[in-house]
Amino acid sequence: MKPLLEIADLQAWYGKSHVLHGVSLTLMPGETVALLGRNGVGKTTTLRSVMGLLSNLKGTLLFDGRSLMGMPTHAIASLGISLVPEHRGIFATLTVEENLKLAWRPSSRWDLASAWNMFPALEERRKTYAGKLSGGEQQMLAIARALMPGPRLLLLDEPTEGLAPVIVERLVATMRELKAAGLPILLVEQSLDVCRAIAERHVIIDEGRIVWSGDTQALEAADRIVREHLTLENA
Amino acid sequence: MQGQVILFQLLNGIGIGMIYFLLSVGLTMIFGLMRFVNFAHGTLYLVGAYTAYSVSLLTGSMWWALAFGPLAAAVIALISERLILRHTYEMPHEAQILVTFALALIFQESIILIFDPLAKNVPVPSLLSGIVFIGSFVYPAYRLAVVFAAAVIAILLWFALERTRFGAALRAGSESTEMVSLLGINVQKVFMVAFLVGGGLAGLAGTLSAPLRGVEPFMGSEALGVAFVVVVVGGIGSFTGALLGGLLIGVVQSMASSLWPEGARLMIYGAMALVLLVRPAGLMGRS
Ligand SMILES: Nc1ncnc2c1ncn2[C@@H]1O[C@H](COP(=O)(O)OP(=O)(O)OP(=O)(O)O)[C@@H](O)[C@H]1O
Ligand SMILES: [Mg+2]
Repeated sequence: MKPLLEIADLQAWYGKSHVLHGVSLTLMPGETVALLGRNGVGKTTTLRSVMGLLSNLKGTLLFDGRSLMGMPTHAIASLGISLVPEHRGIFATLTVEENLKLAWRPSSRWDLASAWNMFPALEERRKTYAGKLSGGEQQMLAIARALMPGPRLLLLDEPTEGLAPVIVERLVATMRELKAAGLPILLVEQSLDVCRAIAERHVIIDEGRIVWSGDTQALEAADRIVREHLTLENA
Repeated sequence: MQGQVILFQLLNGIGIGMIYFLLSVGLTMIFGLMRFVNFAHGTLYLVGAYTAYSVSLLTGSMWWALAFGPLAAAVIALISERLILRHTYEMPHEAQILVTFALALIFQESIILIFDPLAKNVPVPSLLSGIVFIGSFVYPAYRLAVVFAAAVIAILLWFALERTRFGAALRAGSESTEMVSLLGINVQKVFMVAFLVGGGLAGLAGTLSAPLRGVEPFMGSEALGVAFVVVVVGGIGSFTGALLGGLLIGVVQSMASSLWPEGARLMIYGAMALVLLVRPAGLMGRS
């Protein structure tokens, strides 16, 4: 089987500062992969690189065998990759429904009804300006919006950050639902618990390089690696 | 002032205000969306007015002028966006100001070369050259028609902004163009349409005002100043703000010009200062 997403020897710069020093990562169809790492090691940069948001890039980026290098962001998104960005990026001055409708495409297998079905709380607030939602609701909206185009790959950047434990549980259940429906996910997370609950493969990044990868069982056994490359309070 | 005079000046002010709204709405939209400072915006008003003048001279009909004025401005807005302006989006504001100011000067000087520096009159469309009676009150039909036409356009624009997907993309884009492109929408196209529509409306403002005030080569830079005042008074990026700001400035200017003609211009800036004292982000602005 050929990988759905293949990142090989990816290097990225912000101006002169070299941030990614050769990241390699593959994601097979139907797979959920977690990308873990401390603050500032390049997780967000990796996801943004895939979406064509970095102007200074080197290496290989393939989606379904097709190179994404040099493609504009909207074209990459149209191929079927949705990013839920760090801090969610919801449109505060648009209503919940407008946020969702803007992302919808005629070819999509998702629609408003399926979004309400997955997040009943959002339907109750469909006419509310998204800026008025709670943090948890905003994260649900961000995920629902990312699903509206009917993506073939979902990139999630720290979806549980700053949310209360009950909300985190709710989001974990949602992600498991999506996974069960066959949607591949590349998840950036700081919480090991969330990673273990969702992903079957885990990749640890440190200072712009992949330092470890393995399945959930191997992660349990990789005590030393976890201690060395992830902060203790998150372990 | 007498009641009739006040009413007359108020109506004039509303007419001027609606023209100011048409002039400014593109500027505020484009700034809200792209954070782009366009000192060439007044040029589109100038182009609209001179196209109206030329077309009415050539065809003898102001109706053709009404069609071609906005069209010429829209085309010029689109061409300058594609050819020049889009390369400056990533540049600092100072660079954008320099480039667009140069563009404005080139157009102004070209107008002087093609025509001459003198002011010229533009006729009122024949059908609207009369007056209307509202009870015992008499008012020029053309001025009334301008208010109606602009109001219809304002309603259509509001509808397009609030009820269409393109409008939603435009509003979303003024929060984050990056996020809009992440949804698979080509923001370059959104920018193009914003320039086309905004330019066409500024051209329409120039066209509509040509029979009221004539044309002269410096009307573009004057319009630019007014448009910036309207945008700041209304709140940057706000459609409703452009409407309220345009009306406020129009009425202030019209009232002031009957009380103190030499100071009418000064009063505009006075009104702006007052609004900003009370609401620093403008009438409808988000701070
Ligand atoms: N826009 C930017 N300009 C310059 N440097 C940046 C920019 N964004 C991120 N960086 C730097 O690049 C490095 C990687 O950042 P990145 O956001 O990818 O980290 P991260 O792993 O997502 O961290 P976090 O867990 O805090 O979200 C950091 O050192 C950061 O300071
Ligand atoms: Mg990050």
